[in-house]
Amino acid sequence: MQMQPATLNETATAICTLCIFLVPLAAAGLALVNTGFGRSRSAAHSLLSAMCVYATAALVYLVIGFALQGYAGEPAHLLSAGGRQWNLLGAGRWMMRGVIFNGSTLSLVACLQLFSVGIAALIPLGAGSDRWKLGASCASSALLAGITYPIFAHWVWGGGWLAQLGALAGCGTGVIDAGGSGVQAVGGLTALTIAWILGPRQGKYEASGMAIPGHNMVMVLFGCLLMMVGWLGLDTAGALLFAGASVSSLALIAVNNVIAASASLVTALIVTRVRYSKPDASISANGFAIGLVSISAACSMVSPAEAAAIGLVAGLIVPFSVEWLDRVGVDDPSGAISVYAVGGLWGVFAAGTFAQDRPGQWMAHVSTIAALLGFVLPLTYCLNLLLNTFYPQRISKDGERQGLDMSELGGGAYPELTQVTKDYLSR
Amino acid sequence: MKAAGLFLLFAGFAIVMSALVMLSPNAPRGLFIAAGIATQVLGLFLIFRAHYTQSEGH
Repeated sequence: MQMQPATLNETATAICTLCIFLVPLAAAGLALVNTGFGRSRSAAHSLLSAMCVYATAALVYLVIGFALQGYAGEPAHLLSAGGRQWNLLGAGRWMMRGVIFNGSTLSLVACLQLFSVGIAALIPLGAGSDRWKLGASCASSALLAGITYPIFAHWVWGGGWLAQLGALAGCGTGVIDAGGSGVQAVGGLTALTIAWILGPRQGKYEASGMAIPGHNMVMVLFGCLLMMVGWLGLDTAGALLFAGASVSSLALIAVNNVIAASASLVTALIVTRVRYSKPDASISANGFAIGLVSISAACSMVSPAEAAAIGLVAGLIVPFSVEWLDRVGVDDPSGAISVYAVGGLWGVFAAGTFAQDRPGQWMAHVSTIAALLGFVLPLTYCLNLLLNTFYPQRISKDGERQGLDMSELGGGAYPELTQVTKDYLSR
Repeated sequence: MKAAGLFLLFAGFAIVMSALVMLSPNAPRGLFIAAGIATQVLGLFLIFRAHYTQSEGH
């Protein structure tokens, strides 16, 4: 059984192309957020890691990722079970050789995916901030772009079994994830495994230890605004290509995005104001980001009021999630796990909950959550653990004390700031 | 304990998949799916617990 691919007319193709070109701004924003939440002594390393991880993910995705992900209507590996054909994995040609870049829908999908996989690969950088080697982060992103991301993206966006659950098992119309809440959750769950494997930063949980705040909140907040522009592109292009949305619904998608992010930000702001007596800038920034992530799945099929409700719940979730993870010993400097893993799961669930007009739709969305937790999380954990066995991913204690700028790059991001000269290393 | 948690995550996924593959839409699949998710929550609890114990040890 094969799903029919979306077909776009000339106007929709032009608009979709423009939207896709906005998506790299989300990556730029994410890189700024990750850098701002880290320490000043690892700032240059953080931005360079973002560029290297993005580049690695793009190259690996070009070579193998897109072939495994495929697209609805393209060749795929099928499994027969229960008298039905379950579409498990794309069977495209490596190096995107099956794609003709002539403005076809497939070429737009390839372009969007190349940007989207970069965003997913950048997410774990925030959780590994201040202690993740450059080479290890690139190797880990290669695993994400070559294995975990394409498999899950095929299931949801490539005409895979989750997208076909309606026809296969009578679950509504199958999972709907226009902008990719679930796909972003892949990045968030990878962030969780990285935080588990690397362990906390030095001094984070010592008896005399203090909170380690981000070094540049301006960078974080500006990054969030950039992310919003990128997310508008991601959600609109995704809705056109994967959710069957029409050009006339683009205004609704944009409104839903802004409303969800706003509701989430305001809620997080109020919650932190009540709990800490002053609004917390870092959690509020995470509140804004989780609003964008959680509305992605349902952006084209809910009303603005429902988008506000999705954002409100996301804004309620994020402060408690950040606090709880910190309490159970998961050191996540940028809040990536709360924003992208928890927010992504909530986004998938919300999309199923608000699509009440389609019987059984919620089952497709809960099955997607089960696939993320029961397949993607164990797989990415095992892959990264295996990588860690052959190539330890964490920087040495001395390197962490000096900062990753000095220990891995030999120079800092802010040379005018006072440095302890003994911390300089010869190149 | 972490390995057991990971196993439970996968087991929960297997329960959900089994319900979708083997049961007809008229059967109470929702119960099986809920059981699968509950198993996964238990698995997550085990992994976080193991990580916390490990962090405390260090």
